[in-house]
Formats: sequence, structure tokens, C-alpha cells
Amino acid sequence: MEFFAVLFALLFATLRLATPLIFASMGGLMSERSGVVNIALEGFMLIGAFTAAVLGLQFESAWVGLIAATFAGALIGAVYALFVIELKADQIISGMALNLLVMGLIPFLTKIIFNSTGSTPPLQAQDRFTFEPLVLAIVLVITLLWGLYQTRGGLWLLFAGEHPEALISSGISARKVRWVAVMFSGVFAAWGGASLSLYLSSSYSPLMSGGRGYMALAALIFGRWHPGFAAAACLLFAFVEAIQIRLQGVKVWNYEIPVQFVQILPYVVTIVVVAGFMGRNQAPKALGRPLH
Amino acid sequence: MRDGRCYLKRLLGFVLGLTLALLLTLLAGENPFNILMILVRSAVGTNYDFGLTLSYTTPLIFCGLSVALAFQAGLFNIGGEGQLQVAALTTAAVGVLCPQIPFPLAPLVALAAGVLAGALWGFVPGFLKAYRGSHEVIVTIMMNFIAAGVTSWVTLELIPNPNSQNPESAMVGSQYRFAEYDLIARYFPDTPANASLGFAVVLAILLWIFLWRTRPGFELRAVGLNPEAAERAGISSKKFRVLAMAGAGALAGFVALSEVLGSAGQYRVGFSPEYGFIGIAVALLANNNPLGVLPAAFLMAALHKGATDLDLETSTVTRDFSKIIQAFVILGVATQAYWEHRKRRKK
Repeated sequence: MEFFAVLFALLFATLRLATPLIFASMGGLMSERSGVVNIALEGFMLIGAFTAAVLGLQFESAWVGLIAATFAGALIGAVYALFVIELKADQIISGMALNLLVMGLIPFLTKIIFNSTGSTPPLQAQDRFTFEPLVLAIVLVITLLWGLYQTRGGLWLLFAGEHPEALISSGISARKVRWVAVMFSGVFAAWGGASLSLYLSSSYSPLMSGGRGYMALAALIFGRWHPGFAAAACLLFAFVEAIQIRLQGVKVWNYEIPVQFVQILPYVVTIVVVAGFMGRNQAPKALGRPLH
Repeated sequence: MRDGRCYLKRLLGFVLGLTLALLLTLLAGENPFNILMILVRSAVGTNYDFGLTLSYTTPLIFCGLSVALAFQAGLFNIGGEGQLQVAALTTAAVGVLCPQIPFPLAPLVALAAGVLAGALWGFVPGFLKAYRGSHEVIVTIMMNFIAAGVTSWVTLELIPNPNSQNPESAMVGSQYRFAEYDLIARYFPDTPANASLGFAVVLAILLWIFLWRTRPGFELRAVGLNPEAAERAGISSKKFRVLAMAGAGALAGFVALSEVLGSAGQYRVGFSPEYGFIGIAVALLANNNPLGVLPAAFLMAALHKGATDLDLETSTVTRDFSKIIQAFVILGVATQAYWEHRKRRKK
């Protein structure tokens, strides 16, 4: 019986932990399928987590936090779009710079708002999410599964990433499609951040994304840039993370596994997964190529 | 001539980025000009400040060279942080665990071990990129996290400092230090500045010679410029990608020299204010030219030193402001492609 209890707890933890990853991964999918590499997911998540925590606290409502994260995500997505689409800056370098900017900007703002650079004050338990982000994440994956391949907008998005010239010659602005896609990328990743601060925990703490933005990207590559497979890859990473939390302090033959080694498990698995899969030939053909 | 104009533009991007970052302090109710004055004063105001700035310059040269070498082969090394951490730890571990090695040999052995560890940490993403097509950005970031875990465990469990509660290793044997022969350290008493700065300058020159005056250096740059064309010319892009990343790891690993052997004499968890990441800004500012890395590293070191003093000198702006400046500087430099593109279109 105890075995099933542990298994059930593990599976439930996996679903919870997968939520921010799935959001971020779908954000990455929007951007990368439209042809824009997105290393900035990590920063997008942090902005979302921070905005959601601050405004959720202010208005004592997780939903207000989520809506605030939506706007913040769209805004940072627009900043990224401005640099990589309009100013034609290198996509990986600008993404990295945005991550740095966010890491500097958040303590800068917390210092002004709360006069400290640490965590934000926690939300009351009844003001946090209990299950809603998980449902929203599942709905998002299903929406993308349908919308990406069945709607006109979805096809524009795919063409912007595969063959932007064809899209342009049929009278659609690939530039505009990419703008919209990158802004949605910001929104979805920010939702991932909001589920970190309002669902998995009760406040924003510095660098709380802990590399999840990059893991989401790894999941996207492993999932061949497909919403369903990418979500499945997120579940795999979340399962490893759940095991990691479970293993902390566990003794094997009277020997406690060092917590540091347990904690690096998700990162090792990410490398193994990325290395075990040849991703290049599956990537959108115009990925990383600026428009002329 | 072309080179000169290119640097002028990069300097312009730097000034633009810095200005934007300073304007941001208006939000915190500060006077941007005042902040600039604090930055300048605390970077080069006194001999002591200048010494500290130089002590940041050295690791930034190593990390800037590391990012630049990888960029020359068309790869983005954001793993400098992990590479320098394992290198510094390995050097300290050799220094703690092998007290029987005599003086002139001891620092050399310890440094070689550290640099090798850094090279290994760079080799993994290089190899996976070349032979498995794995995204080097993802792998290097993961390697950074793994390095943080491993170094913390080794420091606390294998070589802890018995006289301190801080997360740091025991001191290396005195025969591992070169302080007695250190001419630079004498000019800047009480600061961590040391002779490794001179070594960093030499290393930059050597790397420049390698990249622009030797055949393998040329081949490496050819792979970076156009891997397909290089392949057709009989250059193995796989080999040079692995080589460039391992080399980048080794270069970042030289931080062990300035930190462990030069100043601290031990490995301290969290000693690096993310030199590996600041190295990206350094390399971009330098247009990935090893000689350009020298002034760029000094500029970024001055900004970093200045920004850490903002903590003390203002009530609202903290040391994290350094990251905002770095980000704006990188963005300012990265948008240069746009101006070049505009100019081409006008013609």
C-alpha cells in the first residue's frame, strides 16, 4: 500500500512541477516555430514570476497576478521582438542579454518597492492557485495542437519559421507574424513564471526559475518542436525533478546521498536527453535566420 | 582603418548602453550623473580602488578570451562560469591535498590540473555540439548548474576549511603561492591585484598570434565563418568545434591562477561575481579580438567595481545594477548589425 501512496504522490508532484515547464516550453514553441530562437525564456519566466507575485500580493488575488504576468510577458516579448526582428541583433546574444537585464532589473525593482533585494512577501494561502495553472497548461497544449495545424494563423506561424519568403510572396507579412509569435512567447513563459510564484510556491524568490527556461527549451528540442511531444518531454523533466525532491535526505545502505548530487540530477538528465537526440534536421528551417 | 571604425562603433554601443542604464536610475529617484560620478570615482578614485578594479580585470580577460575563442569558431560559450569554478576548485584541491610538491613545480602542477578541469568542462558541450548536434547554450548552462553542485560538495565534504564556518576550502600550501615574486601586488597593497594580470596580457597576445598568424587558427576561424565552405576545403568543422570549446574552457580555467594561487589561496564558494557571464559582454565589446579583450575587460571591470560600491554610496541602487549595465552594453553592441544593414540598403 505504501508503495502506491509514494507512486501517487510522485505522479501528482510530476504534474505540478511540469506546469511551469509546459508553459515555458509552449512559449518557446511559439517563438521558435516562427523562426526566432528564444534563449530568453528564463528571463521571461522570472519577469512573469515577479510581476505575478507583486501584483497578486497587492490585490490579494492570484488571478490578478496572472493577468499582470500576461501584460509583463507581452511587454518583455515585445522588447525581444524589437531587438531581434526590427534591429536584427543576434538572437542568442540578445536573448542572453535580456536574461541578464531581468536578473538585474528585478532586484532593482524589489529594492525600490520592498526596500530589500531578497524574496517578496508571501501571499496568503487562499490567494494562491491550487490547481488552476495545471488545467490552463493542459488547455494551452490542446489549443496549440489544434491551432498550429488547423487554423490559418497557425499555418502563417509555421510558414514564418519554415519558409518566410513563401509567406511574404502570398501577401502576409512574416515580420508581423513573428512579432505576434514572440509576444505570445513572452506571455506563455510569463504564465510559467506565475505558476512558479503563485502555484508551486507563495512568493517570488531570487532566480527561482533555476534554469527551467533552458530546460523548457531542451524539452522543445527533444519534443521536435511539436506541442504534444514537447509537453511529454516536460513531464519527463518534471518527473526527474519530483524524484530529486523525493531523494533528498534518503539513505541508501546507511549512506545518505549528498544533497548536491541529488540536486544536479535534473540538469544531468537534460544534457543526456539533449545529447541523445539529434535535433538539427528537425528544427524549423528558417530558425535563427533574420528577415531581409 | 576598418578595424578602427569598428571599435569606434562598439564604443558608441557601449556609451549608449551605459547611458540607458544610468537613465534607469531616475526611476529609483537618483541623479544619473551622480551615479556616473560614483561609478568613476569608485573604479579608479584611489590606488586601492584601482587595485581592486585590476583584480577584476584579470579574470575578465580570461573569460573574455574564452568567449571570444568559442565565438571565432561560431559557438556561444556561456559556460565560462562553470568552467572557471571547476578549475579553481581543482587547483585548490591539488594545493590542499599534495603538500609534498616543492615550490617552482607546485603552482605549475596545480594550475595545469585546474586548466585541464576547465578544458574538460568545455570539451563536453563542444563534443556534444559537434557529434550530437546538441545546442551548446543549453548544455553549457546545465554544466554551470552541475559545476555549482559538484564544487559545493567537494569544498564542504572533501577539503573544507577547518578554521572557518564559511563555505570555503582549506588554504593551499605556501609553496603554491608566488606572492614573494609578485611585482604587481606590491604596487597595490591590501588588494587582490596580482601578477596574473601580466600573464593574462601575455595569454591574450598568444591567442591573437594563434588566431591570426597560424594555420590552425585560420582554420578555426574559417569554421566559424562558414562551416560548409570550411568542410569543402578539407577542414574538419567537428574537430575545430571540440577544440575551440575545450580551449575556451581552458582559458576560463586560468581564473584559478588569479583567484586561488594569486590572491585568495583557497577556493571560496561564490567567489566569482559571474565572471563567466560578464566575459560575454567583454568579448562582444572586443569584437572577439583577443587584443581588444584587454581594454574591454578593464572597462567592464571598472563598471563592475563601480557598481558594487553603489551598494554603499546610494540607498536605492544595489550591486545588481552591474547586471543591468552589462545587459544594456551587450544590447547596444549587438544592434550594430542593424546600422550596417541600413547602410548597405541605402547604397
